[in-house]
Amino acid sequence: MNQQNKYSPTWTEIIQPKRSLFDLRLKDVWNYKDLLFMFVKRDFVANYKQTILGPLWFIIQPVLTTLMFTVVFGNFAKISTDGQPKILFYMAGVTIWNYFSDSFNRTSSVFTANASIFGKVYFPRLIVPLSIIVSGLIKFSIQFALFIGTLTYFLFKSNISVHPNIYVLLTPLLLLLMAGLALGAGMIISSMTTKYRDFTYLVTFGVTLLMYATPVIYPIAFLPIKYKSIVMANPLSGIVETFRYAWLGSGTFSWQLLGYSSCFVIILLILGIVIFNKVEKNFMDTV
Amino acid sequence: MSTIAIKVENVSKLYRLGQVGTGTLKNDINRFWHKIRGKEDPYLKIGQINDRTQKAESEFAWALKDINFEVKQGEALGIVGRNGAGKSTLLKILSKITSPTTGQIHINGRIASLLEVGTGFHPDLSGRENIFMNGAILGMKKWEIQQKLDEIVDFAGVAAYVDTPVKRYSSGMIVRLGFAVAAHLEPEILIVDEVLAVGDAEFQKKCIGKMQDVSTNQGRTVLFVSHNMAAVKNLCTSGVVMMNGHLTYQGKIEEVIDRYLSTSRNTNQIEYANYTERKGNGSLKITDAFFSQKAEKHVTQIVSLSKLDLTLEYDLSPEIKVKSFRIDVGINDLYGVRVAWFSTWNVNFVFDSSSKSILFEIDNFNLSPGEYTCNIFCLVNEEVSDWLEAVLPFSVIETDYYNSGKIIPKNQGGLLFNYTIKNQ
Repeated sequence: MNQQNKYSPTWTEIIQPKRSLFDLRLKDVWNYKDLLFMFVKRDFVANYKQTILGPLWFIIQPVLTTLMFTVVFGNFAKISTDGQPKILFYMAGVTIWNYFSDSFNRTSSVFTANASIFGKVYFPRLIVPLSIIVSGLIKFSIQFALFIGTLTYFLFKSNISVHPNIYVLLTPLLLLLMAGLALGAGMIISSMTTKYRDFTYLVTFGVTLLMYATPVIYPIAFLPIKYKSIVMANPLSGIVETFRYAWLGSGTFSWQLLGYSSCFVIILLILGIVIFNKVEKNFMDTV
Repeated sequence: MSTIAIKVENVSKLYRLGQVGTGTLKNDINRFWHKIRGKEDPYLKIGQINDRTQKAESEFAWALKDINFEVKQGEALGIVGRNGAGKSTLLKILSKITSPTTGQIHINGRIASLLEVGTGFHPDLSGRENIFMNGAILGMKKWEIQQKLDEIVDFAGVAAYVDTPVKRYSSGMIVRLGFAVAAHLEPEILIVDEVLAVGDAEFQKKCIGKMQDVSTNQGRTVLFVSHNMAAVKNLCTSGVVMMNGHLTYQGKIEEVIDRYLSTSRNTNQIEYANYTERKGNGSLKITDAFFSQKAEKHVTQIVSLSKLDLTLEYDLSPEIKVKSFRIDVGINDLYGVRVAWFSTWNVNFVFDSSSKSILFEIDNFNLSPGEYTCNIFCLVNEEVSDWLEAVLPFSVIETDYYNSGKIIPKNQGGLLFNYTIKNQ
């Protein structure tokens, strides 16, 4: 008789075949925040255990990329750098671009790379892509410090016009957008990869292609008109261009472009989280 | 009054057989097409019963079909069944690793599942760092782990290695560390899959003890899957038997184990002459083996504390000249534990090569009620000629042997004595 009210109101959890698309369990994610930091720490420590140079690798990588770009694109191909010192121009692009490409590459393989853990224990899967974004941020800060150092050198030692301006205050927003973009796109790709591995191949060269469609090695102003609209449609363009405008004072800045990027990121991020949450429940059966 | 901790209702799980490929894409599109028109998933109906030994007819199989059961708070439930019966799938659904195709599960309390020990261990991190890592993965807060760190290290018995990367650990040490972390979780419901098989005997005992403590003293609920019936019996109070994705029996753990073992045992009458699962060179071959009691031959139900005869008939290759001869018979209980052994070797027995069978006469067959099987081992001229394992199944039944109107209880040890009592 009182069977019903004896226990029915006290269920702490109900497992069902389907749950609402927008039941994102963000509270669960918050409960597991300690795990997020453990993952970040693990990433950081484990990456450089048994290497001699350790975290120095974070710096060596962008330095070499910048030098290579300077030689190949700056000196051989003589692509314009908008009157900026080549090294500084490329380094600005590489620094912010790397944050995106690293985070995107890693989030896009979250399910396949972590299948062994995901198959054995439950925790909000969103923790893993989030931890990737956060640990990417640490790497970014180190590379960003390197960039600031180089910038300071050029500010004092030469007469070339480098003008960091008030828009540097937008940097946190730019990072947030980059993170959102990497997270959103990465989660969508990783959700699809659980069943169809074709996407893994797409990602590897897709990221490289995307870099050329983003003003990393050239300024937007340098583009011929007919390609400009394509590059402008790329939500990354606004972010990279704004970053360079803020710190070097060259190139273009427009609120419209940044606004477009922001809208794009928000939509992509929501879509990504929804798809990720949907796939998360059953991906073990197909991965 | 005990409350329900887990309530499983009509849970089924459909799996696709074979590889993921273009077929999957086609099915996905078809399924999607049905869904946007508001129709039922076309692949849900066609699943077949999951029997791994039969060749699949359909592309889909039910790994679980209409599972219903309840677990009370503080209960230790054993889940037994053969490989592929659906035990692990059930645990995966309970631990939210995958979701059921139909049905639902109501849970009351925080679940921690231990489907593997040391999940998330990173070989390059030290033991201490991995305790934090693993603990966090299992849902512990950092301060909780900090608080129990010493206890965990102590339980695992790896104090000397706590700052060494776990890749230098022996596999046993990794398991110990992994279990130690899990054992110090404080969930209301603990789910444990076959993870103890790896540790050494002492550690297994420690783990079972810990789980017992968790369930009986702390009132937590434990779900335990194992093929080690002794461990299941030790730990659990009740259980369920699973078979081909169905739940076939639910009840007290002793009955559950009996039920499970009797289905997995070869209960058919064995035709010894044509029996193929034997070892040995075949110079002497058992052609029949049976118990007889009183005038009755081929008995399989044996009355305890009575006189029993075992006849072994054999064929001896004519070209063999028997210089030495020996037959051993071992009796094992359901758990595979040897309970009795007798042989031609340790008594004065002279083999007569013209005879066709030998007869063991047992005066007082004092095994306690239960299910048993025999191993028969024949040695001719110091070479194994025939070796049969887990044959000659029989059960010892309860009787009123002592004429007291009382039946000998089950599960009270392996032996019965013929005894009298006097006042002094």
